[in-house]
Amino acid sequence: MPTLETELYRGGRFVADDAVYVADGDALPANALAIVSKKRYLAERIALDARAGRLGLVLETADTLDGLEGALDRFATVVLRFARYADGRPYSLAHRLRHRLGYRGELRAAGDVLQDQIVFMLRGGFDALEIAHAGTRAALRANRIVVVPTRGSAPAAQILDAAE
Amino acid sequence: MYRYDQFDRSFVAARVAEFRDQVARRLSGELTEDQFKPLRLMNGVYLQLHAYMLRIAIPYGVLSSRQLRKLAHIGRVYDRSSGHFTTRQNLQFNWVRLADIPDILAELAEVEMHAIQTSGNCIRNVTADHFAGAAADETVDPRPYAELLRQWSSLHPEFTFLPRKFKLAVTGAAVDRAAIQVHDIGLEVKRNERGEIGFAVYVGGGQGRTPMIAKKLRDFLPERDLLAYCEAILRVYNLEGRRDNKYKARIKILVHEKGLEEIAASVEAEFAAQPVATAALGEAEIARIAAYFAPPRFAALPARSAVLEDAQTEDAALCRFVSRNVSAHKAPGYGVVTVSLKPIGGIPGDATSDQMDALADIAERWSFDELRVSHAQNIVLPHVRLDDLPQVHAALAAAGLATPNDGLVTDIIACPGLDYCALANARSIPVAQEISQRFADLDRQNAIGELKLKISGCINACGHHHVGHIGILGVDRQGEEFYQITLGGAEGADCAIGELVGPGFAADKITDAVETLVETYLKLRRDPGERFLDAYRRVGLGPFQEALYADA
Repeated sequence: MPTLETELYRGGRFVADDAVYVADGDALPANALAIVSKKRYLAERIALDARAGRLGLVLETADTLDGLEGALDRFATVVLRFARYADGRPYSLAHRLRHRLGYRGELRAAGDVLQDQIVFMLRGGFDALEIAHAGTRAALRANRIVVVPTRGSAPAAQILDAAE
Repeated sequence: MYRYDQFDRSFVAARVAEFRDQVARRLSGELTEDQFKPLRLMNGVYLQLHAYMLRIAIPYGVLSSRQLRKLAHIGRVYDRSSGHFTTRQNLQFNWVRLADIPDILAELAEVEMHAIQTSGNCIRNVTADHFAGAAADETVDPRPYAELLRQWSSLHPEFTFLPRKFKLAVTGAAVDRAAIQVHDIGLEVKRNERGEIGFAVYVGGGQGRTPMIAKKLRDFLPERDLLAYCEAILRVYNLEGRRDNKYKARIKILVHEKGLEEIAASVEAEFAAQPVATAALGEAEIARIAAYFAPPRFAALPARSAVLEDAQTEDAALCRFVSRNVSAHKAPGYGVVTVSLKPIGGIPGDATSDQMDALADIAERWSFDELRVSHAQNIVLPHVRLDDLPQVHAALAAAGLATPNDGLVTDIIACPGLDYCALANARSIPVAQEISQRFADLDRQNAIGELKLKISGCINACGHHHVGHIGILGVDRQGEEFYQITLGGAEGADCAIGELVGPGFAADKITDAVETLVETYLKLRRDPGERFLDAYRRVGLGPFQEALYADA
């Protein structure tokens, strides 16, 4: 489904990613990380939970976490999509996922993921970034991301490879 | 006052490097103005009518002499040798060049200052009572809590892209000089009957085009829960605040639309679910921050100063200044001095670089090296010996800073208005100047007594007209500047939103209208002790409307 070329940044480097965003109603791929919408997951929960392949969930910026209590262990990744980087709802969804629902798996930021916000994302509980923006990818590759330290967070050098 | 630790220093240094990189990317064209805008706003850089404007954070309005001298220097080198103090206890430079701003930020970092979060949809500079730690009527010094909130909210990873800006204010005195009920979150620090510290928590106040008085969420939130509770409010707001219309995006609208009960339930549920690790403020951390705000070493002095009283018998100007601009201090023999930035006919809140240097010298010599910026756009010398007041007054007078009009009709709050601001519909400064000149006579001003007059050049209400005893709002009527008048607003513990008195006035009629209001008040007041606001509350709009529109 992603029409833009994206790359996955995790643990301080770009890594291979076999995620496939599956449109509601389309068949799930057998040998890839299949990412479905919340609507589809809730509608087909029993069948999807019983399925053998790796499954991911994507939440749009305006989605809530209602109905997902107890379901999160099932997912290999939860993707929070930033419709616009200036719409900060995914940060609070990330906090609730981590601290209220106890989700420990991969938390991926997607959509409008840009150089000047990724430090907020990594501090806010995200540990993987799906990046389409070429300038941001170039900045990460060239180690040109400025990390402004904040109280209680990891030292600057550790922020960018905070995920394991 | 609070001194930066190693962390703060590396924080601002990194921040300057980051912004230098962002400005370079903007100047090279890699970033469009649209992409750059939120980044510059995060660093207090606005694009105004004629130039970029840089807004510098003065956390809870507290400045050292060294910091004020740096601001004077920046004004001299990068602006037109002056700066403008704002109603949010900040300082604005109106004529800076974008390419210079990274250098200005680097200069600020040398004195532990920055411009972070003075704009943008984030948690803005936390404001507090400008008499904090000094006023005789204070229960608890609010500054340690303002500092804790500042540290917590600085580059908060979750709350940097909120639906709209978010302002917190803290008072430690029941009279409330911090206007907490017109803030997104207002906090009153207080003690319970057991002597424990806690907070009355108000939410959803604000001015702007939809003025609202905040509603009380908690009467006594325990001290340790301050940050966890504020975080719960912010999370509910971040997720549920409206993002479809920027004029309905402040938390006041969310509180208004959902109702206090529903908001309280959401906040309490969020608070209850806060992770244990972040939940409570440790006593050690509170004590560590509070130690920065330990009172200076006040000398043991008698409550009255013979030196001052003698000097006053011979100096009428000193006498006026002391009775008007000096407030009661908690330490005997000291006073809190308000330095008016409202000379007759001046621009409210403006100070020249020379005046800033003079204030820095005065504070260094006579006020334990400390100054405050008040939301009334004045400067406060918090700890001055009464014995020293004659010298302080003379030094202020020499710098053109001894206007004895604190709280009087010429102590006008005004936004920059159409002279600078890209949002304004009408000019504010010339209106303030004309009213100031009309009431220049000090005897007349003192006969009128306390009268808070506030002017905004558009409905965004930066001039706080909603809470002025007399509020003036500039509007655009078919290309012409018109001014509407509201009466009866108040910002303190008796907070009220002013009521519209009737149709607006043209620019050349507004000063006459104000004078009519004042004369009407003087005729109907019971005695000189009944302030304009008290009289208005007793008689209502009627007599004022009749006087204003009698000929219409």
